[in-house]
Amino acid sequence: MTSENTVAGGTRPRSASGKPLVDPRGPRFGAGITSVVLAVVLLVAPSGAANVLLALQWLAFGAGAAFGLAYSPYGVIFRRLVRPRLGPPSHWEEEAPPRFAQAVGFGFATVGLIGFLVGWAALGYVAVAMALAAAFLNAAFDYCLGCETYLLLARMRRR
Amino acid sequence: MRVDKGSGMGVWIVVSVLVAATLFGVWRRRSDGRMHDVSRADLPPVPTPTTATDVTGPGHSEVVSEPRVTHDPPEADASDVTSGLAASPPGHAGASADVSATPVPDGLHLTADDLGAALGSRATLVQFSSAFCQPCRATRIVLRDIDESLDGVNHVEIDAESHLDLVHRFHVMRTPTVMVLDPSGKVRKRASGLARKPEVLLALGEVFGELETEKEAG
Repeated sequence: MTSENTVAGGTRPRSASGKPLVDPRGPRFGAGITSVVLAVVLLVAPSGAANVLLALQWLAFGAGAAFGLAYSPYGVIFRRLVRPRLGPPSHWEEEAPPRFAQAVGFGFATVGLIGFLVGWAALGYVAVAMALAAAFLNAAFDYCLGCETYLLLARMRRR
Repeated sequence: MRVDKGSGMGVWIVVSVLVAATLFGVWRRRSDGRMHDVSRADLPPVPTPTTATDVTGPGHSEVVSEPRVTHDPPEADASDVTSGLAASPPGHAGASADVSATPVPDGLHLTADDLGAALGSRATLVQFSSAFCQPCRATRIVLRDIDESLDGVNHVEIDAESHLDLVHRFHVMRTPTVMVLDPSGKVRKRASGLARKPEVLLALGEVFGELETEKEAG
């Protein structure tokens, strides 16, 4: 039980077709923090501090992708500290798209981390810059760039 | 010293990423959901002797669609075979024999077989969706609402991933992509991104208007 909301005995809300739903402000809040973290990584890289920060963000992406957005550290912060001050959301959104985007972010963070750790700084910069672009678009425009890659990948599978 | 050197570079990267992402975001916000005529960009990048770029009015599109018929079937059939989908219309085999009776798969027409659902008597709203698509749900709500409030208009949602043949045939690059079909199944308008109700209604109005004038003329 994640207390994503407290309707009907604390179960999480689901769509008519049974898909788990999230308060859309949560992923967006998380994307805002992610943007700041990744921007700081780029500002202080290459350095040990940048690597540590990127590793933490990598873990946050991984937790969100593997266990759900509510279990990513930013999801916890949102639920405990931010949401009580905001009141109920105006609408719900499916959890799958932002969760998939976390997985895409995890992939880019992995490449970036490898780049900086191995000493290929250019690779690290490019990967983190792309993750920053996606996170910023999510935070500022509510636009899920990571989600767009799904169809493009599916298209490549055949033909 | 090393940090200072890195910082200078990082600042430039951060600034350019944020500027580029902002421009992209503003552009997408403006263009998403805008209905437009079918243009060359909406067709698969297959060399076709006849172009469909000037499909600005209903009169032109009739001329454009027919010559494509002879060039498309091998390609479209091949993709159906490789994808192994059941969506392949039974009419395929006889397509080359009788062109006028069985619509040949192309990037301009959708049949009830393609959709797995009946065409609307006045118009059909086809929505390509995918599993990881943020605006698909909201788009579904908008189109379903129109489906329920207008007679003769059907909303058909297609899972892009399991209909890759259609995705390639109609050059669908994003979800949601919404197409407005006339009663014959011809794609009249399309848009990608979160649907805008006024845009969809406007496109439907155009299709309905053509039906009226056809009735008066014929």
